[in-house]
Amino acid sequence: MLQLVNINKNYNPGSVNELCLFKDFNFTVKDGEFVSVVGSNGSGKTSMLNIICGSIPVDSGKILINDRDITKQKDFIRQKHIGRVYQDPAKGTCPSMTILENMSIADNKGKPYNLGRGVNKARTESYREMLRPLNLGLEDKMGVQVGSLSGGQRQALALLMATMTPIDFLILDEHTAALDPKTAEIIMELTDRVVREKKVTTIMVTHNLRYAVEYGNRLVMMHEGNVILDKSGEEKAAVKTEEIMGIFNKISVECGN
Amino acid sequence: MALLLSVLEQGMIYGILALGVYITYKILDFPDLTVDGSFPFGAAITVFMISKLGLPPILTLPVSFLGGALIGICTGLIHVKLKVRDLLSGIIMMTGLYTINLWVAGSGYVPIFNQKTIFDNDLVNAVIPSFLANYKRIIIILVITMVAKYLLDWYMSTKSGFLLRAVGDNDTIVTSLGVDKGLVKIVGLSIANGLVALSGCIYAQQQRSFEISIGTGAVVIGLASVIIGTSLFKKMTLLRVTSSVIIGSILYKGCVALAMFAGIDPNAIKLVTSVLFLIILVISMDRKKVD
Repeated sequence: MLQLVNINKNYNPGSVNELCLFKDFNFTVKDGEFVSVVGSNGSGKTSMLNIICGSIPVDSGKILINDRDITKQKDFIRQKHIGRVYQDPAKGTCPSMTILENMSIADNKGKPYNLGRGVNKARTESYREMLRPLNLGLEDKMGVQVGSLSGGQRQALALLMATMTPIDFLILDEHTAALDPKTAEIIMELTDRVVREKKVTTIMVTHNLRYAVEYGNRLVMMHEGNVILDKSGEEKAAVKTEEIMGIFNKISVECGN
Repeated sequence: MALLLSVLEQGMIYGILALGVYITYKILDFPDLTVDGSFPFGAAITVFMISKLGLPPILTLPVSFLGGALIGICTGLIHVKLKVRDLLSGIIMMTGLYTINLWVAGSGYVPIFNQKTIFDNDLVNAVIPSFLANYKRIIIILVITMVAKYLLDWYMSTKSGFLLRAVGDNDTIVTSLGVDKGLVKIVGLSIANGLVALSGCIYAQQQRSFEISIGTGAVVIGLASVIIGTSLFKKMTLLRVTSSVIIGSILYKGCVALAMFAGIDPNAIKLVTSVLFLIILVISMDRKKVD
């Protein structure tokens, strides 16, 4: 279980540009939940993910994972147990390394990076098996540099790499936003399958309201640093895209967007 | 013949320096000016060990490497822990090392004409037959350079080496893998400067002297070698990039030797170096990193 307790976060404190993003913000994610988070720009979605992953510090408040306080933990220590896929497909892979090398390095997460061989030849076949269901032909390109793959291929690989080793949380930061609609659809289906197979607790930030409605078992809408809508279980299942769109338009109008 | 031999010798010695620069410039994307200090640092340690302590010359190789590695760790700590920009971290170390090098060597010029070196000692004289005496130096340099190259190739294929490649490529992923990217950078800088100091160590023994000025422009020679090597042999997949870099260094030394042979004033050597570097940069189009 992940808990954000009384989080306060100000950007540029003390300057004229001071921006209060979170004021006594509370948010809880239970084990096994697949939470879709929507909201306008500046509503705090990505900041929330960055706070969970330790990419940005909080001014005050606590971050708890299974009642353990990780607020002071460094980003790389927290991310030992977190998988993260970014909006930018280039961020989840190493462009100058091959698919095989990328998968090998991801496969070693949680174990020491010592002077053992970087590529474990014996695992190559199982990597191929992981790539085959994607139907992107990546299983025949093990020796190809990832930098020469398309954004969708890279993002599929990034998603596989983020979930290869046992993790407590999967964090998806608008991970389909930079892809064309068809590829986005493929990545979204892959995401859903991975989350179901691994039964991993997932938080997905998205701008695509339809994805938020179709996928996951909980829907959260954020606005100006607050959760203004939170539906889970049967309530979530009954939600229609139009309904969410209506609420979304209303808050956007209030903002003058 | 003597000229060719000298080009090959120096090219390979500077090839080891270029391997170090390759790690920082190409892999870590870190313009590391520490090189101008760590190259003479290796030389200073060497003359100190040989002339002051009278130690067996073979020991200068590992000690210089470790000395350089320590220097690289310092640059890394300044950059990572004190959050000083990469270029400035190198400049601070390079400037400070000037004094350290004078202290270690004892003065700005220290000859080691009469002492034993890695090229001239009982073991080498016994093993290498007399008809190869003229090629003694180049044989030994070749062996050391190849060992350095193969060790680096091996390291880059390990898990730790993979992280080094990843951190220069995309440091976000290193954090995602649960590893401190700062630590990886420090490791990279330490291996790089270790190689550079090793190169300085061999250079001092080939020249049979330490000169404080050898550091000036060392990084430029390294960069030129790396850029020549990597752009000239880009298409040749059979050739390892480490080999290309060493060949690049030999070609570069050849260019400088040609310029000297053509009768350019020896005082103009640094100017020749920098103009040559500029030409290489323009031709190779390596001015700006393209993604």
